[in-house]
Amino acid sequence: MSGVTLSSEVMGSVQLTAFAKKFPERTFNVGVAEQNLAAVAAGLAYQGKTPFIGAFAAFSPGRNWEQIKTTICYGEANVKIEGSHTGLDVGEDGATHQMLEDIALMRCLPNMLVLYPCDAEETKKAVYAAWKHTGPVYIRCTRNKVPTFTTLETPFAVGKVNLLVEGSDIAIVATGDTVFPSLMAAAELEKEGVSVAVANMHTLSQIDSEGLTALAKKCGSIITVEDHQVKGGLGSAVAEALAETHPCRVRRHGMQMKFGESGTGSEVMKKYGLDKNGIIAIVKEEIARKK
Amino acid sequence: MKLNTTKELRLMANTIRQDVIRMLLPAQSGHTAGPLGLADIFSILYFHEMKYDVNKPDWSERDRFVLSNGHVAPILYAAMARAGYFPIEETLTLRKLGSRFQGHPSRHWIPAIENSSGPLGEGLAIASGIALAGKMDKKSWRVYCVTSDGEHQEGSTWEAVMFAAKYKLDNLVVLCDRNFIQIDGNTEDIMPLGDMAAKYRSFGWNAVTINGHDYAALMKALDDAKKMKGRPTMIIAETTPGKGVSFAENKFEWHGRAPNKEEAEKMFAELGEERKRIEAEPG
Repeated sequence: MSGVTLSSEVMGSVQLTAFAKKFPERTFNVGVAEQNLAAVAAGLAYQGKTPFIGAFAAFSPGRNWEQIKTTICYGEANVKIEGSHTGLDVGEDGATHQMLEDIALMRCLPNMLVLYPCDAEETKKAVYAAWKHTGPVYIRCTRNKVPTFTTLETPFAVGKVNLLVEGSDIAIVATGDTVFPSLMAAAELEKEGVSVAVANMHTLSQIDSEGLTALAKKCGSIITVEDHQVKGGLGSAVAEALAETHPCRVRRHGMQMKFGESGTGSEVMKKYGLDKNGIIAIVKEEIARKK
Repeated sequence: MKLNTTKELRLMANTIRQDVIRMLLPAQSGHTAGPLGLADIFSILYFHEMKYDVNKPDWSERDRFVLSNGHVAPILYAAMARAGYFPIEETLTLRKLGSRFQGHPSRHWIPAIENSSGPLGEGLAIASGIALAGKMDKKSWRVYCVTSDGEHQEGSTWEAVMFAAKYKLDNLVVLCDRNFIQIDGNTEDIMPLGDMAAKYRSFGWNAVTINGHDYAALMKALDDAKKMKGRPTMIIAETTPGKGVSFAENKFEWHGRAPNKEEAEKMFAELGEERKRIEAEPG
């Protein structure tokens, strides 16, 4: 078997212990050394191994971006990078550990596939897809428990926007941990007679222009919702794609170029408008703007 | 191609030194001092030490060569060309648009190259990953890594130093081009590296300091590395940057520039004289 896992000191935190127990001879802990984590993984990959490297996203890819670029992407290494503890959802640890720039860092790299699953079930599919994909993959993960609302049958095709709820007044495109609150927001708005489509964009590198264009044509405008800075992440990716195919209004909702702060994950998400009510408020602003 | 005598290896080093200058002249950019200083080490590695098959670059039992300080690319290209990987004439396209001889070596452009390099402080980590894979698969091939003294100012190098010791990578031998220069001047003025072998030993490595132009010492250090169990080996090879060209030797100004036509002619003349001297020596 070629699968290998490596972690920089946070084996337990990034959920690699199950693999470590079953395959101790294929598990390596590099210590607090994210640059080494990436480049050692590249060396293993050059010899046919398939390393999965896990660490807090603030440090991998936050600290080792250049190694990821040179040794993994330019080096064409079959390495899978798990960035855990992303976004405001990290909560208590505060701004230094709330990684809000990793999508931007990863989706600008040639050869890199970027996936951000929305719950535990989709994370399994993302890990499997990463295993099947030949080449570098970044999987963005959330620390706190997120309700599992997708099932084995929910479609998951890399590079395809997954429309979860049909709607016609406006469309929300969300990714990762903002998909669930977006669904909750849409359900509540439906009771008020507002028809909101919700799409899950789990692939942030190969952008589904066709799917986004169809959505924009039907709903007129788009709101992107992400637990990430609004520059460089999902909102930017959607706006870039639609600017070429179907220019329309794209409201980018997310972290408005600020640093986060301590609090429980849900408190911090709420403060910066990434909970259900915060999303409802943005939808209402955009609907009012249309009239 | 295997060369058996020191005389033959020294002649090869002379050949690849001239190749480096031939490459740098049309490129009019690139590095001169490092490649010239490393010629003896590359001659030994490619024509005496390492196992490889130029007709089958992906031969699974080959020794793996990892270049960390990618800016010395011309000496790698020269050694590989003379070994038979590609025609020497083609290396004259160094740094030109469309050439596979990129300014820094790339495994995308040349699959026979194990790693793409250039950014400093990465090669040792890559070599450690490759060596770890060799250990996992119980392979007998070895990993040879060339690094520079300057890149030991990168913290990432030391992350890999710890890693290779922890995982007892005794299939890894590293040669550090200890030439005491970097772009801005002398390493000991810019950021002192001190007794590098002592540092490595304190990190759990087998480490020796030798003269990087002394063939007997290099061969002995490489042989000792093979016998070492449970520890990776670092050979601090003290070299003369610009070796073989009197006016470039030990001049940090020659770290990051190419010779012009006039300078190149002087270089060829000096190296031609050296060649005659070596040829005149008893076999």
